[in-house]
Amino acid sequence: MSDAIESHGLTKRYGETQALAGVDITVPTGTVTAVLGPNGAGKTTAVRILTTLTEPDEGHATVAGFDVRRQPHEVRRRIGLAAQDSTVDPILTGRENLIMLGELHQLSRRRAMARADALLEEFSLTDAGRRQVSGYSGGMRRRLDLAATLVAGPEVLFLDEPTTGLDPRARLELWGVLDTLVHNGTTLLLTTQYLEEAERLADDIIVVDHGRVIARGDARTLKREVGGDTVQVVVLDRDRVEETAAILARVTGNEPVLDPSNRMVRAAATVGLDAVLETAAALRAAGIAIEDLSVRQPTLDEVFLTLTAARTHHDEDGS
Amino acid sequence: MTTTTTGAATTVADASPPAYRLPHRSRGFVHDTLVVARRGLIHMRRQPEQLSDATIQPIMFVLMFAYVFGGAIDIPGGGDYREFLMGGIFAQTIVFTAFGVAMSLANDRKNQAVDRFRSLPIAKGAVLGGHAVANLAKAMLPIVLMSLCGLVVGWRIRSGLLDALGGYLLLIGFAFAMIWVGVLLGSVVRTPEGVTGVSFTALFPVTFVASTFVPTSSMPAGLRTVAEWNPVTTLSDALRIRFGNPNTPPAADDPWSIANPTAYTAIWIVAIVAVCCPLAIRAYRRSIEA
Repeated sequence: MSDAIESHGLTKRYGETQALAGVDITVPTGTVTAVLGPNGAGKTTAVRILTTLTEPDEGHATVAGFDVRRQPHEVRRRIGLAAQDSTVDPILTGRENLIMLGELHQLSRRRAMARADALLEEFSLTDAGRRQVSGYSGGMRRRLDLAATLVAGPEVLFLDEPTTGLDPRARLELWGVLDTLVHNGTTLLLTTQYLEEAERLADDIIVVDHGRVIARGDARTLKREVGGDTVQVVVLDRDRVEETAAILARVTGNEPVLDPSNRMVRAAATVGLDAVLETAAALRAAGIAIEDLSVRQPTLDEVFLTLTAARTHHDEDGS
Repeated sequence: MTTTTTGAATTVADASPPAYRLPHRSRGFVHDTLVVARRGLIHMRRQPEQLSDATIQPIMFVLMFAYVFGGAIDIPGGGDYREFLMGGIFAQTIVFTAFGVAMSLANDRKNQAVDRFRSLPIAKGAVLGGHAVANLAKAMLPIVLMSLCGLVVGWRIRSGLLDALGGYLLLIGFAFAMIWVGVLLGSVVRTPEGVTGVSFTALFPVTFVASTFVPTSSMPAGLRTVAEWNPVTTLSDALRIRFGNPNTPPAADDPWSIANPTAYTAIWIVAIVAVCCPLAIRAYRRSIEA
């Protein structure tokens, strides 16, 4: 299988800020990759370079087989981009926006109109299509943004933080739309600040921070790297905390953390749910009464702190 | 709402039929320019307040100068002041074409339209071309409006058809030149607020230190020299002559610009386009790549 996106050693500096410090991204055709990172990590800069909007200082990238620097026009014919801020024209109606984009993608006016109407219907915007975009809700605008990127049936789609600023329902709706797109085999690169979103939509996740890739892999791999889930037990009887800790250590294979004053024991577990089931069975067999037994996935904060801490540590060791 | 989601999700499958996956052959610069120009015209229609520099403002100037100041202004050589005034207002309005262009570029940047256009396979230069065509079309609006408004206050074309056509052509030529001044301004200043500020501090004096509203003969010596070489003066004078309206009569010591207003204005049009066009395109490129 060929790669729809391939980049090596991308760097970009804006004045004092090193936005990208050597980024390699590979996205196989027909797969979804999420670039995960906090604000200012370099996600948008990477997307801008891959979509020909910004030239890298160093490094090399191809999209759909064409060099972003030397063949930008060929790249633009094959990509769709939904930037972080909505770039649909607020003064035009939704329909006028889509027709204009179709025509600028070199469709005839008649085909552009037919295409616009089809897309409006598919994104549940038919009624809104004749109104000016300035009156749209955030969710409607995002749907139109997405429809706009699909006008010319792109080979590779770039979505820069597609759900930032959306309310939970609009976010779920958009995820549904993206799921369907992905099932159709469109190659997709999206950026996000949310691990949950990356996990839900992407085959592969690339974690970036300070312009560097600090980890990559699927959600399971990443979680394993940061120690996976956390299993937490609160027992009724303070005297049995030690015993409970021993059980957790045996089940998870990890060193438990004890908090006797709160009658609580915590341990990392690679697969949290299995660990919970085993722990529950073991506690019952030992006749230990519990108040609470829970499993928690690591938050992006934790993934992040663990990954960046590991890297800082590594850097210090290296130097 | 659930049904909406399902609707969207189940039918997107049909949204990317294989036919659309084929990249399409470019339809060329003219096609792309016209598509962008049509967008510009829709913008103007939907935001009439942004057209005020081409509609309300010149009408206001006609009425103010015709009825408020006009009585106090004498034209050397005599003649009706309202007829004298019209050439000046035409010239002033056309100078403000630059303001409109700069505003549309600044608004594009503010609305992120620049990035959307740049990620599309558009012919090189078509976005600027579209702005130019739309604003040239916009410039026709005040020319027609002013002509009608002039008729109402008593202005008449008293020359022949060819002369009158020449006058209108000169106006359109000047509008074309001012478009490139506007592109330069919009690319250097970049925000709508900045464009408004610079336009009103730079364009207004240029249109006032000229024979727009009063004959240059009434100005103090230094200022008078500036006004006499100001192309807004010669455009106003050339229009008065082409339309057969009253104008300051020629004198032996007139500088070349005043003695040959049409030729001098035409030279300016060519010079502005020759200098500003490449500068403006370079500034625009730099501004969108930042």
